[in-house]
Amino acid sequence: MGVRKPRSRALTAAVAALVLLVTGCSGGQARDDGTIRLRFQSLAWQKESVDANKELVEEWNAAHPDIQVEYVQGSWDSVHDQLLTSFEGGEAPDIIHDASDDLADFAYGGRLADLSELLPERLRSDIPEQSWESTTFGDGIHGVPFLQEPRVLIANKKILESSGVRVPTAEKPWSWAEFRQVTKDLTARMGEGKYGIAWPLKEPVSVTLNLGLSAGGRLFHMGDDGKVTIDFTEGDSVVPGTIHDQVDVDGSASRSTLGMGGSDSLPGFFGGKYAMVPLGFSYRQQIVQQAPEGFEWTVLPAPAGAGGPLQGVSPQTLSVSEDSAHKKEAVQFIDFMLRPPNMVRLAKGDWMLPTGIQALKDPALHTQKDGWATGAALAADLRPAPAQSVRGYPEWKDKVATPAYQEYYSGAIDEDELRKRLVEDGNLVLARYQR
Amino acid sequence: MTAQRIGRAGRAGQYAALLAYLVFLAFPFLWLISTAFKPPRELGSLHPTWIPEDPTLANFRQAFDEQPLLRAAGNSLVAALAAALVAVVIATPMAYVMARNRGRLTTAATGWVVVSQAFPFVLVIIPLFLILKNFHLINTLSGLIMVYVVWSLPFALWMLVGYVRAVPRELEEAAAVDGAGRLRTLVSVTAPLLAPGIVATALFAFITAWNEFFFALVLLKTPEKQTLPVVLTHFLGAEGVADLGPLAAAAFLATIPSLVIFAIIQKRITGGMLAGAVKS
Repeated sequence: MGVRKPRSRALTAAVAALVLLVTGCSGGQARDDGTIRLRFQSLAWQKESVDANKELVEEWNAAHPDIQVEYVQGSWDSVHDQLLTSFEGGEAPDIIHDASDDLADFAYGGRLADLSELLPERLRSDIPEQSWESTTFGDGIHGVPFLQEPRVLIANKKILESSGVRVPTAEKPWSWAEFRQVTKDLTARMGEGKYGIAWPLKEPVSVTLNLGLSAGGRLFHMGDDGKVTIDFTEGDSVVPGTIHDQVDVDGSASRSTLGMGGSDSLPGFFGGKYAMVPLGFSYRQQIVQQAPEGFEWTVLPAPAGAGGPLQGVSPQTLSVSEDSAHKKEAVQFIDFMLRPPNMVRLAKGDWMLPTGIQALKDPALHTQKDGWATGAALAADLRPAPAQSVRGYPEWKDKVATPAYQEYYSGAIDEDELRKRLVEDGNLVLARYQR
Repeated sequence: MTAQRIGRAGRAGQYAALLAYLVFLAFPFLWLISTAFKPPRELGSLHPTWIPEDPTLANFRQAFDEQPLLRAAGNSLVAALAAALVAVVIATPMAYVMARNRGRLTTAATGWVVVSQAFPFVLVIIPLFLILKNFHLINTLSGLIMVYVVWSLPFALWMLVGYVRAVPRELEEAAAVDGAGRLRTLVSVTAPLLAPGIVATALFAFITAWNEFFFALVLLKTPEKQTLPVVLTHFLGAEGVADLGPLAAAAFLATIPSLVIFAIIQKRITGGMLAGAVKS
């Protein structure tokens, strides 16, 4: 019954080792040698992209011994919560990588610095005004938009070419009506259990609203009093109506992909089950990696409507924390990161398009290979995603719009009910945020 | 005869239900292992197979190349071991008092332990962050370990109270009759019988800390300090896109320590529980 001493000694040793390890891993004191130290939290996650970011940080550090930047890896999956707590605790990174549709609450809440007076003219003039609009909240610019991706149609080249349908180009895209007819024709030719298109609509709101710009849809309207209300016009019904009809009337779109994310739809696409899949431009990397040997694919522009080939995007952004003691230096670093050649490196690493006018001219982004040229041709028609700066949009999206669109696309509710929910329920949500 | 048949059918049904449950539990893990060894083209196949057709270690190489998995695993190990150790050291005497002294204070304490389990992470994270910041414990494993200890303590306490109550009070009374003092009784009589419970509780605290993500995400800032669950999210992109092969490979490796530890001590837990239950 006595306590066994060797075990006791082992336990004591283990505790001592652990204490040493823990204390050894505790934070050290920052050196106070006059060097400015900035923390840059990047959300880059694909190898090429991480490498490009790290290389640029190393190049900056080598050229600026008095302003050293520390690369910190963040994650798209948790960035909002992580930033929220960091801001509250006054421990936010100096330079913050995020997307424009995540910035509104931080910008209006005074967490992100207004860069209007800090940005150099070179950077201001290199990025088009419509891109700056995506990071302008109130009177201030709270981020630098630098990468963006249009939604494109990734198509099975063999099925498309053998069908005899007109192949759209960036200059002459399909109209929404023509697109619907093409998917019907493709479905008829492909046979049972196969579809002209697969809409992966796990997150239906941003896809619907962004593509809706092409049909003149706006959904969110700002009144003279500055308050935003929701109105469902004829233009707003074109994109959801087309998707609904493809799934529920024509049977030309797969019903089973409605609840899927983009990646989930790829096996069916590779297997010849779907002729086309609408995906973000950066999905091309996954397709290159995963497509079976000999699989031929091509990139087509999304359909256009009364509004032309416009579509909404939420660019990736670089912002500066309001709490940063070195905002000027942080903006200098951003300016370095986004010099045209560097922006090209970042764009290629993420398989996206740069916002910068000079970077977009780079020949590497205009090759036919992997559909770069089609994407680059669409860049001029990209606009800020509707409603991304509207306060209350996240709640409207999660509680009202997502279930409403999902039910509409699956055929559970009709267009009148969709309109009622989006407008009536939606305006109640927005009103709470605009009192 | 009929009763025998029904008995056999019932037993077969029980085994079938058990098998179905085991398959249900094992499916995600087996799929994870399968995915970890598949090349990208097989991951995109319309007809996925359980056994990779062209097995590869490339996902593991890529995972180690792209992320500091070993360093992160080391951080996780230190945090989880320390949290487990400290939690049981604190919880054991507390549990003994709560199990043996039944009064209003004990009832209130038990109620508080139960209620504290209902607090969601998001409710406590900002106050915790501010408190730790004041003590300069942000971005330190020590700070994270303190949070893990506090977070696992209520449940650890709850578990241990049950184990203490399972130890017959008569054994302690017999020791007292033989002249043993309170401390001697606790150390020589109760503690050995509690060992399986302490091990089980430590295991719970270890696994909780090993898998924990949100506190580590918020409290640790620099890459050198990050734990394994946080590093695993670096394989995830926007809109739910994931680098599936390396993610599966890294996640598979991350589950191994929990499995090994459980495999080593599970016999001890059940064996110890039986030994404690029967007075020889």
